[in-house]
Amino acid sequence: MYGWIWRTLPGGRGAKIAGSLVLVLAVSAVLLFYVFPWVEPLLPYNNLTVE
Amino acid sequence: MRTDYTGGAGPGTQSSDRPIWEAQDTSELDSVTTAPPAGDSIDSDGLRVTSAYISPPRSGRHKAAHKAPRRRDAARKPAPAPPTDAVDPDEPSAEGRHGAGRGSRSRGDLVRMGVRGIGQTLITFGLIVLLFVVYELFITDVLNGQAQQNLTEELEQKWADDPTLGPDLPNGGLSNIPLGDGIAFIRIPAFGVDYVRVVVEGTNAAELSEGPGHYVDTAMPGELGNFALAGHRVSQGAPFLDLDKLLPGDAIVIETADTYFTYRVLGDPETGDFGTDPSGVSGQVVVSPEEVDVINPIPGISDGSVVPTTAYLTLTTCTPKFSAAQRLIIHAELEGPGLPKADYPNGPPAMTEG
Repeated sequence: MYGWIWRTLPGGRGAKIAGSLVLVLAVSAVLLFYVFPWVEPLLPYNNLTVE
Repeated sequence: MRTDYTGGAGPGTQSSDRPIWEAQDTSELDSVTTAPPAGDSIDSDGLRVTSAYISPPRSGRHKAAHKAPRRRDAARKPAPAPPTDAVDPDEPSAEGRHGAGRGSRSRGDLVRMGVRGIGQTLITFGLIVLLFVVYELFITDVLNGQAQQNLTEELEQKWADDPTLGPDLPNGGLSNIPLGDGIAFIRIPAFGVDYVRVVVEGTNAAELSEGPGHYVDTAMPGELGNFALAGHRVSQGAPFLDLDKLLPGDAIVIETADTYFTYRVLGDPETGDFGTDPSGVSGQVVVSPEEVDVINPIPGISDGSVVPTTAYLTLTTCTPKFSAAQRLIIHAELEGPGLPKADYPNGPPAMTEG
């Protein structure tokens, strides 16, 4: 998978590195601000009320 | 074999034939895709190469022979003219070799591809889990800080608009405050004089991510009964991180629109024993999550016909840290009447005591 991404990214080595960084940041942002907030309440670690 | 080596070792040939980028590409791919079976393929390559060609392209062909991926690439995407030219002479033999080699090495390739795929997937999962830890420990605190900031401004604005506005007393029923609205400030001097959080209405995950939440069916600040709050022990700003460090007699100050209410953790400040209150309510207990009677109007008393004569404050959070196995409960009792804010512009005395 990573090999395929590397090969698919356009440009020379510098451009590929820049492209990889952008991809990593984009994926991280999606995870941090959309996926994790959604998944967090489904996990049992943070139940703190008595119910 | 030997011809191959000499050809391959011949330094100038390849670099002069091909653009540098292609050579780099292939060497990278080579190490990934065909390194392990090198011994095998070199043998067969050697035979094949010698029989097919003897002339200069040999070295290039030998190298290319190992590069199935690059060749596929070249075939898929029309490359710029010069590279294509350079590759062309190799193509027939390359295709032939590829086709011929497929049978003998497909199983190994498949296994290798599978193992690599599993490895990459596991690494990816590991990174995601690490990122989740970062999210829990840092990002939620940042988000919570922003939420608290907004709530503080909203609440202060609301109180500035209507200084007489107090939380509605639910009188045993549900309060009519919208979930998520700020209702009061909580200050705990034992956590530092700068410790202040906005208490929000409601104890769902959405409310608790913004601040300590008020159980909607419990009393309001200063009211007889039990003003009960839940808060995160870790992450989300962790408002109740140090709840276990509260000692008997420690002050918990609730600020409403016009009043300071000072609650004291139950127990004996002299001995540090939480269980000395004559009412039988202990200042600190650890219970299982199902024991909801800790937030009853009289903590621990399930008989609804008993009318509360004391104003309690109850804080609940999870314990131990990073676990949801049990609940840490702090019970406190209102000390004296509420203090009008107008009379205490510098805050209530409890904020400045030792």
